[in-house]
Amino acid sequence: MIWVAWKMLIGNRAKYLGIIFGVVFASLLIAQQSSIFCGLMSLTVSQILDVPGASIWVMDENVQFVDDIKPLADTELFRVKGVPGVGWAVRLYKGIARARLEEGMYEQMILLGLDDATLVGAPEHVVMGSIADLRKPDGVIIDEAGYKRIWPGEAYQLGRVFEMNDHRAVIVGITKARKTFQSFPIIYTRYSQAVRFAPPERKVLSFVLANPKDGLTPEEVGLRIEAETGLQALSRQEFLWKTIRYYLEKTGIPVNFGITVLLGFFVGTAIAGQTFYLFTVENIRQFGALKAMGTSNRTILLMVLSQALHVGVIGYGVGIGLAAAFGWWSGQTTRLSFFMPWQILALTGAAVFLIVLAASVLSIRKVFVLDPAVVFRG
Amino acid sequence: MSDQSVQPSTPENTLAVRVRGVKKAFGKGDATTLALRGIDLDVPYGELLMLIGPSGCGKTTLVSIVAGTLEPTEGDVHVLGHDLLAMSNRRIVRFRRENVGFIFQAFNLLPALTAVENAAVPLLIAGWRRKHAVEVAADFLEKLGLGDRLTNLPSELSGGQQQRVAIARALVHEPRLLVCDEPTSALDAANGHVTMELIQNVAVQANRAVIVVTHDSRIYSFADRIAAMEDGHIQRVQHGGTFDENVPHPKDG
Repeated sequence: MIWVAWKMLIGNRAKYLGIIFGVVFASLLIAQQSSIFCGLMSLTVSQILDVPGASIWVMDENVQFVDDIKPLADTELFRVKGVPGVGWAVRLYKGIARARLEEGMYEQMILLGLDDATLVGAPEHVVMGSIADLRKPDGVIIDEAGYKRIWPGEAYQLGRVFEMNDHRAVIVGITKARKTFQSFPIIYTRYSQAVRFAPPERKVLSFVLANPKDGLTPEEVGLRIEAETGLQALSRQEFLWKTIRYYLEKTGIPVNFGITVLLGFFVGTAIAGQTFYLFTVENIRQFGALKAMGTSNRTILLMVLSQALHVGVIGYGVGIGLAAAFGWWSGQTTRLSFFMPWQILALTGAAVFLIVLAASVLSIRKVFVLDPAVVFRG
Repeated sequence: MSDQSVQPSTPENTLAVRVRGVKKAFGKGDATTLALRGIDLDVPYGELLMLIGPSGCGKTTLVSIVAGTLEPTEGDVHVLGHDLLAMSNRRIVRFRRENVGFIFQAFNLLPALTAVENAAVPLLIAGWRRKHAVEVAADFLEKLGLGDRLTNLPSELSGGQQQRVAIARALVHEPRLLVCDEPTSALDAANGHVTMELIQNVAVQANRAVIVVTHDSRIYSFADRIAAMEDGHIQRVQHGGTFDENVPHPKDG
């Protein structure tokens, strides 16, 4: 009888497409908006993710997220190095600097100063040039997206010069980096050079990057650093989630996206529910005939649920597919951030399940209370 | 297809339907309407009984009760040896599935299913495999002269052809009671005649009773007996294929 139910459903093409549309709309909106939200959240932590070598981030105890820079004295590096269990520790400068281009234009840039000796925190994927060239005088590496932003449509070219804080900077490499929340170009250079590029301040050390000795966990050593120095020391994962939590709790971003997701859920439910109900009402005599012929309420329930599940699966698949296509398209043509982890697929699946369940409840009730004798009445 | 688990409870094993003192009220309080006011009716196996009477006289209510789709307010209903009022809802559903065939006024074919799939529906409800059910239904439709229309949708069939599909659907699972509600009202005279011929030739069997509710006097000739209803009563029952309005009811003296 499930097969009969599906044929009944598909046979009414207009209603069938209407119900599918409702589920697709909800599925697309929920998946797409959630993915953009996740994309935005991933932007906030992109600079943590782009420093793969260090498993411990040490910073001022009041820092709330990765862009919340509260500079430390350079001597803090040595205090961290002195904590038992710390394998190695290096400096990292992070700040916003203004660059003056050859053409006389100004551009805000994210400036990252890496430890002069080890270059820990250097980008992994170099498109042109080499990391080692950072050791050249005035050498900087710029991210690919930043290069395209400053010199749109121009071929990559090393040796281009610009100024930061009246100091000369020469591009010695181009790298791939994750998009950032501010979407400014990212400039990598040596720490000693970064502090010259940056506006003068008494304290300039942004973070100490560290790794534990073998056999110790970052969390364990982080606690020791906190106890010994009074600084905040977080594992990479902890810092990542602290940053995301900050954006979730202190900004209106999740509320805005949440409203859109809820809107998609309710509008999808309304469209799918109403159309599904109308479909059932339109077929009420057929259901009555089936009941008269001995179809049990249990079978009727299975029939209606299988119809709901059918449109749910198709609507979910099409909606997710469209959302993924949108993500691919936006990745190719825009700077919109789009990230669709499996959790979004699960969340959207759960939402679609609720939608089709809600949509079928009224219909099920209608058919359940249907008197089979209705088929004898005119 | 018979219900083996329920033992016949009536002594008259020749009777397919035995109805005694059946009343049916709709509504509550002051709004109560008595649709049936004490019906006694016997329908033996092998008989085609027609229920006739004006609209609102209670024909449909009576046939719904006999078919097990409506519960009477009062009275006894024994169908195919089963006391319907003593059966649970679930068993009545099963009873209908296994023992009753229906032909509806508006055909009530499923528009998305082909002719053969529609005819196979009772077998699918009974849990048959689709392939086997469709094969059996196809054989039945062949017998009814619709062998070349098996894969047509109802919308592609004429009224007469749709009614033949409905007849096939009603009989494919070999029920022992066939209930027809105005089977010719949506058909012209010729198709109505053909439909009744089919019902008489294919449906009426020694082990089956057929009840036809109708307004159509042109088909009275197909009846073994005709029961005329009025205002919730059976006014008179006549044997033979014609109905004479002037024959007095036994109670009229």
